[in-house]
Amino acid sequence: MTTAPPTAPGPSPAPAGPPVAYVLRPADDALIAAQRMAQWCTNAPQLEEDVALANIALDLLGQARALLTHAGGLEGRGRDEDALAFLRDEPEFTNVQLVELPNGDFAHSIAKLLFFAAYQRLWYERTAAARDPELAAIAAKAVKESTYHLDHAATWTERLGDGTEESHRRMRAGVAAVWPYTHDLFAADPLAARLAAEGVGVDPAELRPEWLATVEEVLTRSGLAVPAGDWAPTGGRHGVHTEHFSLLLMEMQSLHRAHPGVTW
Amino acid sequence: MSEHDWPLWEVFVRARRGLAHLHAGSLHAPDAHLALRNARDLFTRRGEGVSLWVVPADAVTASSPDEKDPFFDPAADKPYRHPTFFALPEGVEHL
Repeated sequence: MTTAPPTAPGPSPAPAGPPVAYVLRPADDALIAAQRMAQWCTNAPQLEEDVALANIALDLLGQARALLTHAGGLEGRGRDEDALAFLRDEPEFTNVQLVELPNGDFAHSIAKLLFFAAYQRLWYERTAAARDPELAAIAAKAVKESTYHLDHAATWTERLGDGTEESHRRMRAGVAAVWPYTHDLFAADPLAARLAAEGVGVDPAELRPEWLATVEEVLTRSGLAVPAGDWAPTGGRHGVHTEHFSLLLMEMQSLHRAHPGVTW
Repeated sequence: MSEHDWPLWEVFVRARRGLAHLHAGSLHAPDAHLALRNARDLFTRRGEGVSLWVVPADAVTASSPDEKDPFFDPAADKPYRHPTFFALPEGVEHL
């Protein structure tokens, strides 16, 4: 990844699109969320749920591929989706830490999905009206997927939260463990704020009230509450990640790095 | 564990408008809401449908294999039940 905007990549300057760094954020969010979610494959509590979670992971991977390809195009240095996914190192990834957190138990993963899908849906919804037509098209397709992911997570949150004593305990623990990491989704961000002011991008900070309303409604319906406390770990957008991230990356990248360009 | 906990549901998929819902298979789910979602993920992930029904399997009353002969065999030798013995009047096109 480069932090500089794509200045004069070729003879004809491209029309003003968003900088690469802006597109890489949602791309990395989706990619890492997909990789983490895929770890449920063959491990879900039920065969039907196994397929559901794998479907969601594949949706996220599809979003990541489109966004990474678009970012590579904006950058104009010939990096394709594979180069961006498999040949960058940990500090170059700008996903929020929320999506790299270990899966924990099922309730824990559902809490992650609930918070992330609610955010993604809003971000894609706004971005579908963005001035960058390619980004808008990617977002317009993804918003339907995120809407379904949110529905799936909300469905399970309600059933676990309002289920047995044990399921309630686990769902509440999942929500509490993941909650602090949601704040970084909406952290003040000069780049996004500038792009939002220019009508090119979305400022995530503006999404929080609506996100909170959605999430709070689901939690309340499920007999749960928004956790208290103001610990808000941050840094993902600047390449600072949790200790869990390097293992995830290693697993995701090792094949491509051992056999560059391998296909099957 | 789960087979005892989660009831069985029969899934019906309508491929497109104008067609009937056809039985596609069955699945386990804890309730109707999740049965519908599981059906979406299991039976329409390759664009197979525009509408889904899920029905609790124990709500289906089925004919028994033991009754196969008295149920179905008597129809085998009654060709006159097929509407093939009518001569169509000339000029009738849409029959």
